[in-house]
Amino acid sequence: MNAPAAETPMQRERARTIYEKSKPGRRAAVLPRAGVPETPLEELIPAHLLREEPPALPEIAEPEIVRHYNKLSRRNFDLDSGFYPLGSCTMKHNPRLNERVAALPGHARLHPAQDPRRAQGALELMWLLQGSLSEICGLPHVSLQPSAGSHGELAGLLLTRAYHADRGETRTKVLAPDTSHGTNPASVTMAGYEVVKVATNERGGVEMDDLRAQIDAEPDQVACLMLTNPNTLGLFDENIAEIAALIHAAGGTLYYDGANLNAVMGHSRPGDMGFDIVHVNLHKSFSQPHGGGGPGAGPIAVSDRIEPFLPRPQVVRREGDNGHGPFYDLDFERPRSIGRLRGFQGNFGVFVRSYAYILSLGADGLAEASETAVLNANYLKARLAEGRAGERLPVAFERHCMHEFVLSGKPMKRELGLATLDLAKRLLDFGFHPPTVYFPLLVEEALMIEPTETETKESLDAFADAVEQILTEAESTPEIARNAPYTTPVRRLDEVKATRHPLIRQPLQ
Amino acid sequence: MSRYTSATPDDRAEMLAAIGVDSTAELFEQIPADLRLDRALELPDGLSEAEVYERLAGLAARNADAEEQVCFVGAGMYDHYVPAIVDAIVSRSEFLTPYTPYQPEISQGGLQAMFEFQTAMSELTGLPVSNAGLYEGPSSLASAGYLALGGTERRRFVVSRGVHPHSRETLATYAVGYGAEVVEVGLEGGLTDAAALAAAVDGETAAVFLQSPNFLGAVEDVEALGAAAKEHGALLVVACDPITLGVLKPPGECGADIALGEGQPLGNRLDFGGPSFGFFCATAEQLRRMPGRIAGETEDVDGRRGFVLALQTREQHIRREKATNNICTAQALNALGAMVHLAWLGREGFRELGELLVRRTAYARERLAAVAGVEPLHEAPVVREFALRLEAPVAAVLERCAERGIAAGYPLGREYPEHEDGLLVAITERRTREQIDDLAEALAVAVAAERVDLPGYTTGKSPMPEEVS
Repeated sequence: MNAPAAETPMQRERARTIYEKSKPGRRAAVLPRAGVPETPLEELIPAHLLREEPPALPEIAEPEIVRHYNKLSRRNFDLDSGFYPLGSCTMKHNPRLNERVAALPGHARLHPAQDPRRAQGALELMWLLQGSLSEICGLPHVSLQPSAGSHGELAGLLLTRAYHADRGETRTKVLAPDTSHGTNPASVTMAGYEVVKVATNERGGVEMDDLRAQIDAEPDQVACLMLTNPNTLGLFDENIAEIAALIHAAGGTLYYDGANLNAVMGHSRPGDMGFDIVHVNLHKSFSQPHGGGGPGAGPIAVSDRIEPFLPRPQVVRREGDNGHGPFYDLDFERPRSIGRLRGFQGNFGVFVRSYAYILSLGADGLAEASETAVLNANYLKARLAEGRAGERLPVAFERHCMHEFVLSGKPMKRELGLATLDLAKRLLDFGFHPPTVYFPLLVEEALMIEPTETETKESLDAFADAVEQILTEAESTPEIARNAPYTTPVRRLDEVKATRHPLIRQPLQ
Repeated sequence: MSRYTSATPDDRAEMLAAIGVDSTAELFEQIPADLRLDRALELPDGLSEAEVYERLAGLAARNADAEEQVCFVGAGMYDHYVPAIVDAIVSRSEFLTPYTPYQPEISQGGLQAMFEFQTAMSELTGLPVSNAGLYEGPSSLASAGYLALGGTERRRFVVSRGVHPHSRETLATYAVGYGAEVVEVGLEGGLTDAAALAAAVDGETAAVFLQSPNFLGAVEDVEALGAAAKEHGALLVVACDPITLGVLKPPGECGADIALGEGQPLGNRLDFGGPSFGFFCATAEQLRRMPGRIAGETEDVDGRRGFVLALQTREQHIRREKATNNICTAQALNALGAMVHLAWLGREGFRELGELLVRRTAYARERLAAVAGVEPLHEAPVVREFALRLEAPVAAVLERCAERGIAAGYPLGREYPEHEDGLLVAITERRTREQIDDLAEALAVAVAAERVDLPGYTTGKSPMPEEVS
């Protein structure tokens, strides 16, 4: 009994791309009449610069376009359909109010090069969001420019480089724990630094002896330490004050990867922990929808000593005089700035949504959100410590967690022959998005679980029950999970083939 | 006031009992006491949904958007009409709320949409390989720089001054990090100075960056300019405006190794600058050095066609410090909007739109250049944007037009001091002949009123900053 007897209706309906539904002569768009002389194109642009054949876009009428993408949408699982405990991704509810206010024409149809005098509402919103993030992070200055977390990391490293250069120093090394997000080391290389890994101690925090050894090896080469706190194990590093002191004594900067900020909003602030630079994932803690992989935004908050180097332009408030109120402006006159990281001012639509979220929750609501996120994570951890899960999927570090926790599937694999991947795929048949798997790398067969505050106790219980049921089933018939899933639009896919023989676009005639 | 949580007091009590603690405060004790915030955040109390709406609607009302002003501003982002089906499709929960498709069996919709998008961008640019999208235009160009260094010992970029100033500045910012020298080549008559470009490219050059149409709207002869890159084995990187590719020869047919750009004109709103997406296409040789997500076709265990994230071994979550780029976010929703817009336009509609833009732009250029005190800044061919020279301070002229409800264009002076008198005017299918005629009228009045007859005048200071919308 490995598979259901028959294909599901969705499985029977094989994938067809929009190009395969195209027929010459069909169309959707009706364009306005030009209303100007129909001069032959060749008289306006030299023929050798013109295209001979138009690109082979699909030819299809509007009803079928709508049907095509509606069908595709049903082949996705999404946060509005069910529990999505993807660790480090903070899959919290996306309030629809935020979509409504972002779509107001005053936001959505505002040109980014509008004269600041005619964009005062937008600039004030950005200034207010900067202030809110500054207070939440405990650092005085904010740039909203970075487009995502990894872009914020790159910004932070370039700021670090500029800070040291300003002091006449050139440093080469950036330290990061072995538990760090993959973007951290990738950003380090991209910023022209060398990554130095720091080990993890038996409580899941930074191994202090290793940290000291790495610093002492060449203290004047330490540019920065990148840290997530709570870290990717969901654990708060209790030694953070000492870590900060060591890095600062060596002359380095301390960078906070804000992917896990949802654990501590209103409870603890990275600036107070000693961090110099923080990025905030607005698409995690501040409810911007993930969109199937973007858009997001990764604003950074920094300390006074880093401020002169912030990207330009910077949103500023100039106090009014002669009876005028304050004026919000874009400041380009920042001679020590690292420069631009992108076009215009940043992902403003994301700022509107996140600011609406902050206004909705307020100071108490943000603190309650983090508190409930931590409560939900610890409750689910407790539920998964019971029964079979407790034996087969032990928690990697036995202590209270913050907003997420990591289990190890090592005993499950050894005793039942079930890999973490098998459990993840079987969860799909139960209607759950699986946790993050095989990360952090330091935990064998890792499952990283982040329920977020917007889930009910019932959802957490149902998830724990499903894990128990899968483990029970696997004691007698492990092949079921090994061949899962069965109910999804397609079954297990050959990812190796897609990389060995990449077919990454539709072949067209 | 966290209205998005569900835990009742009873739930909390049961959950705390299961955890084995008396209060959530105990869970926070892992944070050292002196690092726990002993006060409330200094932020206002939470508001009701209606109050939040009113607050944000109030802010929005203080912006002069393209419904309030007729918008001739471009400079990389354009007031195109986004068809209604784009909004309908990108608002669906199934596209709006999932994460990156790490579990392909339940992400076939998003992955197939990426595959379709890659196909469309590959068709537009005439290059075989496309990724699923990057953050936006300028940072995509900077990422191309990182790619260009990857395979070589070369550490030099040659960049046309016709490349968007935001892109040039972003490239320079990134280059300080990964270590490269940026050499700029000037413009002559609105177009990249071909002789200067040829002289600047040498065996140390990793990549040559062009933009067509360039920032001044001029269509460059990419093929001719690119010869210098080919001769010295440098990568030819071409930034382009996707909406022009219905009429212009695609970069892939002009020798480009990489074609990229700002995707906003396709299915994305202005949003005061973002979010939008960057597109990034390349020759097959660059496939394994590409930044960003790439969807690929494969099969499931039963032989059904399916899609997955392909070539993940390039990416940060697998390769860490050896990744080809640090990017994690593909702007999937924005790319989906672009794909729906392109499907709606279709093969014929896309070309027609391009032709419409060329003709209306030609009309506008001729009409505006006929205004006394206004002349073309260059005579090079254009598609949808062109530059003018005004015999009057640009800021003052813009202000007079704004008072008549027209955002007349983008002033060139900040980024091109040599064109302090320059104005960049953009046309979309939304800009009618009547609106163009109105702009001509407004410019005529404004230039006449502000006209400075002395050669070499300097513009006046901006008026006292104050809100005027």
